[in-house]
Amino acid sequence: MAKTPRLRPGFRFQWEPVQNAHVLLYPEGMVRLNDSASAILAEVDGQRNIEQIVARLEQKFPEAGPLAVDVCDFLQDALQQHWVILT
Amino acid sequence: MMPVNDQGVGPPLWLLAELTYRCPLQCPYCSNPLDFAQSKDELTTDQWVSVLRQGREMGAAQLGFSGGEPLVRQDLPELIAEARHLGYYSNLITSGIGLTDAKVDAFRDAGLDHIQVSFQASDPELNNAVAGSRKAFEQKLAMARAIKDAGYPMVLNFVIHRHNIHQMSDIISLCERLGADFVELATCQYYGWAFKNREGLMPSAQQLELAEREVNDYRRQLGDSGSAMKLIFVTPDYYEERPKACMNGWGSLFLTVAPDGTALPCHSARLLPIEFPNVSTQSLRSIWYDSPGFNHYRGDQWMPEPCRSCDEKGKDFGGCRCQAYLLTGNADNADPVCDKSPHHDRILAARRAADHATAGLEDLTYRNANNSRLFFRS
Repeated sequence: MAKTPRLRPGFRFQWEPVQNAHVLLYPEGMVRLNDSASAILAEVDGQRNIEQIVARLEQKFPEAGPLAVDVCDFLQDALQQHWVILT
Repeated sequence: MMPVNDQGVGPPLWLLAELTYRCPLQCPYCSNPLDFAQSKDELTTDQWVSVLRQGREMGAAQLGFSGGEPLVRQDLPELIAEARHLGYYSNLITSGIGLTDAKVDAFRDAGLDHIQVSFQASDPELNNAVAGSRKAFEQKLAMARAIKDAGYPMVLNFVIHRHNIHQMSDIISLCERLGADFVELATCQYYGWAFKNREGLMPSAQQLELAEREVNDYRRQLGDSGSAMKLIFVTPDYYEERPKACMNGWGSLFLTVAPDGTALPCHSARLLPIEFPNVSTQSLRSIWYDSPGFNHYRGDQWMPEPCRSCDEKGKDFGGCRCQAYLLTGNADNADPVCDKSPHHDRILAARRAADHATAGLEDLTYRNANNSRLFFRS
């Protein structure tokens, strides 16, 4: 929880108005993200650690309850896909 | 859901800008048209900027700068900066010839996201023989290192054929040493110059099987060591029994603009006997949604048998129109890669020929302006 995720170099997270979705762009590829993945990646700035990201999301979405498990599951998946790195 | 118009057509998410057909190399599997030397016109900088703006407005997010060799365009830094400003993820697809450390840095500062360098082999002799250039290999190595140092993600592309397919382990180990993030081991697909040279390029089934095994072994090792390097091995259509969903469907995601402004649903489509629109006389939006060229093979009303009644037509769209045209003379036909195609014997014959092929590198027709002139339509 003390570790800091950041996007892998060459990966870019951005809003695509035409697709009405956030996407992750990388060399010759694009993933269209769902709402929860987008909300998490929007907080991944290479500065905040996982604990801070969870706290910010819980503040933003109070109705969602505790989010640590969801955030860790997603980041685990994103790590395996090599979308993010941990420092 | 992706937004679609009332005909079910979604936006072109991928824009490929073929800036020029000029190229210092002579690879005998080049995907440019055989008669490329006939097409000398190139869009101006302003015209390209307009294409980029229109494409982005329509929803294109991935942008490829390709060619020929895109580095020969002097306005490349300007186009890169415009692409970044518009919000594209921009990919420079290059041979590395003409690249310098200074350009690598300048492109990064202008906002280029990624540079893909193509190699012809894992050793200088074979690399340079295939590329038709004596100094290509050293230059490519130097540029791969410069790209890495500048902090770009590194994608290395190797076109695989019967003369380098035995090098898989060497190729992958070279990529590992260079610190590649993605490695594309793309077995030749037979269009353009590669179709002309098919007999001299196509690997045998046995060669292919060995290569796949080598790649899979290496992939396992990389996985065990926790490496993030990803190997993408593209098997040739000619060894499949079902066709690929070419371009994810005609006019579905990809929009290519050729050097002279001709807009195409894929970079090979120029060889088809279909009239394609030009960005200098028509807006990109009307080209994509309204032009007869782009609507020609959308949907499935155009399909003859065996595609028409096939329950896989929604999955593979009948395969590749260019391959159907090259192998059967009629682009409406099922892609002969499919074993339901009445022309599948042509694929089988090519496989048999590959088992007994003896042509050396010197027997290939190299991609250059002199050879191209032999293919001008009179």
